[in-house]
Amino acid sequence: MRAPSQSDIAAGEVLLSVENVSLSFGGVRAIRDVSFDIRKGEIRAIIGPNGAGKTSMLNVINGFYTPQQGKITFKGATRNKMRPYDAARGGIARTFQNVALFRGMTALDNIMAGRTLRMHRGLFWQMLRFGPAMQEEVEHRRRAEEIIDFLHIEHIRKVQVGRLPYGLQKRVELARALAMEPELLLLDEPMAGMNLEEKEDMSRFILDVNQHYGTTIALIEHDMGVVMDLSDRVVVLDYGQKIADGTPDEVKSNQAVIDAYLGVAH
Amino acid sequence: MFYREVGQYKTSYSADQAIFPIVQDRFGIAVIILCAYALVFSNNDFLLNAMMTPFLIFTLAAIGLNILTGYTGLLSLGTGAFMGVGAYACYKLTTLFPGVNIIIWILCSGFFAALIGVVFGLPSLRIKGFYLAIATLAAQFFLEWCFIRIPWLYNYNTSAAIEVPTRTMFGIPVTGATATAETRYLIVLTIVIVMTVIASNIVHGRIGRMWMAVRDMDIAAELIGIRLLPTKLLAFAVSSFYCGVAGAMLVFLWYGGAESTVFSINQSFFVLFMVIIGGLGSLLGSYLGAALIFMLPIILRLAPPYFGIPVHAATVEHVTFMLVGGLIVFFLIVEPHGLARLWQVAKQKLRVWPFPY
Repeated sequence: MRAPSQSDIAAGEVLLSVENVSLSFGGVRAIRDVSFDIRKGEIRAIIGPNGAGKTSMLNVINGFYTPQQGKITFKGATRNKMRPYDAARGGIARTFQNVALFRGMTALDNIMAGRTLRMHRGLFWQMLRFGPAMQEEVEHRRRAEEIIDFLHIEHIRKVQVGRLPYGLQKRVELARALAMEPELLLLDEPMAGMNLEEKEDMSRFILDVNQHYGTTIALIEHDMGVVMDLSDRVVVLDYGQKIADGTPDEVKSNQAVIDAYLGVAH
Repeated sequence: MFYREVGQYKTSYSADQAIFPIVQDRFGIAVIILCAYALVFSNNDFLLNAMMTPFLIFTLAAIGLNILTGYTGLLSLGTGAFMGVGAYACYKLTTLFPGVNIIIWILCSGFFAALIGVVFGLPSLRIKGFYLAIATLAAQFFLEWCFIRIPWLYNYNTSAAIEVPTRTMFGIPVTGATATAETRYLIVLTIVIVMTVIASNIVHGRIGRMWMAVRDMDIAAELIGIRLLPTKLLAFAVSSFYCGVAGAMLVFLWYGGAESTVFSINQSFFVLFMVIIGGLGSLLGSYLGAALIFMLPIILRLAPPYFGIPVHAATVEHVTFMLVGGLIVFFLIVEPHGLARLWQVAKQKLRVWPFPY
């Protein structure tokens, strides 16, 4: 599959848009009146200093937080709030800043759990684990193995994930998200705490996912080198407000962004 | 183990997804099941009636609680009450419809327990951990109260207890005073084996993964599309079903009659100890835990006279309490995953023996 070029994306259809979203926890206004969109097939970065509201934004998108104001349009359907189940069903997958794997399960079981929504055999067949239930299990195992191959984690598929090193846990988490075959993949700091080599591997995986599966990706990342190299468009948040939105080059030269990151003289 | 999986290559995913992927394991299980059935010919009433039958029944209750606490991570103290629901439901059913086979009613009584379990499982969406344990404690006390205060449940007997009637199958008495230990043991063994296989199938499939996902990280589970409430309620239903069947068997195939005190909070703790010592989240652990907790007092009682040491019955009881208490503390500190994990570790060590790893 060909990677979408800049002009494709500029003209591309909007997969998800948030309009005038505001979110506050008591007196803390985490997000103030933010609007942006994510177009089909692009890699969209959300950046900003600590506490800017980036993770809150992802939580609003996949329904974990309910915004006080604003609208979310996903695949043409507009709603005031997303619900986690609807988000998952609609094809939004997510990884977490501090890995949220099912620690007591093997890597393979984690990935298979990601396919829950696509498995339909009920309690009766599950009890028998025979015939249609086993067929389904094997069919989904095959899909899980494809993802395992794709992310090169064959050697750890039967290892309990709680025992894996951090870098591999991050990769298993990505695998679990991919197992959902999402249309929109939200990555919350996929490279936090990684060394240079691991970062390079992860960047490669992200690009591959985008190109090979055609998955739209929204990512939060603090490593500016990575953000500028990977993303098609960048939105910058600061103190819950959007201060810039555009291509990496536009954002890089934006005075408000430079001020937010480097501080201004008073 | 002194055997390894060397040379057993899997060429299909279904072979790799099998519950016992290694040939020797399958063989071992078959031998164990055969031996269990062969015990019928032992002609030893004490072994069958006082040891094996209750051990198997408590194993089933432990499997039930393990599904809820070990696999889904919902702590419950209502096991005794859910077992009671099974027992009373079975009693009502068989006295209302005496013509129907008692085995069918024993299994059906599980559905009543499941229903009650779901009702008391409703708060589990909002509360977790110890707080949920307290909510299930409410179920325990409320249901126990029902067993005493609603005479309709025990058919207005003057003894205020379940009196198990004699029921036959193919002309052979299965329950009641005339049923032999062998018959009852065979029925219990068969039901427990079948239900263990079913439990094993469920926990290794999609539903088991959903339960474990909820246990390990409920936020992530929600975001991969698992709806928490139905998943937790299903765990409550299946768990209570197992407990209910165990309760019905306890009264109909072992005690032969029971008052409400049988299903007191002590019973709940008894089963909880089995699950903790056996291993949370392990079916094998349910067997090991039930064996240890149930067999230990019996062995302690039998061992001293066997060696010619006279020990007072009360002393045995006190020593048992101390030992069981000590073991629980030991396991919580040393190996929170219980006997099942110890077994796994031992297996792994033997597999690579004589090398350390």
